[in-house]
Amino acid sequence: MKAKVRRRYLALKIDSSEKFDSKEFMEAVWNTLLRLFGEYGASKAGLTLIDYDVEKGLAVIRAAHTEVEKVRAAIASITEINAKPVAVHVLTISGTLKTLRRKLRTTA
Amino acid sequence: MKRRFADLHLQPNLDNLEQTRAMIMKASKLGYSLVAVPLPTVSTENFAQKLRATCHEAKVDFASRLDLKPKTAKELLHQLRRFRRKVEIIAVICDSKAVARQAAKDHRVDILNFPTVDPRRRFFDKAEAELASNSLAALEIDVKPLITLKGPAKIRFISTLRREAAIAKDFHVPIVVSSGATSELFMRKPLEMAALASLFDLDKPTALNAVSKTPLTIVKRNREKLSPNFIAPGIRLVRKGSDCP
Repeated sequence: MKAKVRRRYLALKIDSSEKFDSKEFMEAVWNTLLRLFGEYGASKAGLTLIDYDVEKGLAVIRAAHTEVEKVRAAIASITEINAKPVAVHVLTISGTLKTLRRKLRTTA
Repeated sequence: MKRRFADLHLQPNLDNLEQTRAMIMKASKLGYSLVAVPLPTVSTENFAQKLRATCHEAKVDFASRLDLKPKTAKELLHQLRRFRRKVEIIAVICDSKAVARQAAKDHRVDILNFPTVDPRRRFFDKAEAELASNSLAALEIDVKPLITLKGPAKIRFISTLRREAAIAKDFHVPIVVSSGATSELFMRKPLEMAALASLFDLDKPTALNAVSKTPLTIVKRNREKLSPNFIAPGIRLVRKGSDCP
């Protein structure tokens, strides 16, 4: 029997004075992941954008639970989006969206 | 108990007070409880006092650090004699093999830092590690080049770090992972630093210790040594004069 796919939800904060749309942001995440771990590694990450707030610079992405450390390393390696300097930080990680949002509310 | 994190290598431009303050505030926000900033060799105590005040405001602990960049082994010995008792952390920037070897075997050195990304100019090999394992020196790895380099240079750098980390592990040389950040944008959270350390094959507990336990131990050990009650390792003055029964 196939094991259930376990996922992790990551809340991210884009640290920049500029604003980027979700497409630009995800392109930067994918490019960094691809550069660091190659197509094979990136394919295992199971990255999906769940939520994106342009104004607050907040994003929620989903990743396979086994690849969380790789995704975290890739996100830490982002230094620019659209040739503008940025830093992206992981605010919190959770197994469900409900808990993630609760954690975000308590840390805010 | 909650793990405490330290970044021993913030590199703001000390003449730019605004930037220095912003970086210390950022470190506090990112979850560090201790930061160290390399101080200039002139008016060291002056700068240390200013930074200590800023750190107090940001609610982070401050450790004074001096980066020695000697050209020869003899110059290193001279600088160690001059500065060892003045700061909490002594790091040696190893630009030559002779300096690297001398720094590795001297128990007054806390941190060995290899600033270049060129694998031929990084002298952390088995001989260096063996010397360092007999003293108290730790290998410092800055993550800044890891996030700024691109392409083949980054590949070579990760490969070099992987080799150095494996040697350090074999010879039980502690590893300290620091940011080496020159601006706020190069600062990362402690867990992100640990994740970046996984790129050069540090396992998770070692990577976490490299940003928490190892740097904190270095600072604690040196604070004890600099304390007026310290006599020798393991011997401390507890009572004096009329305090003695």
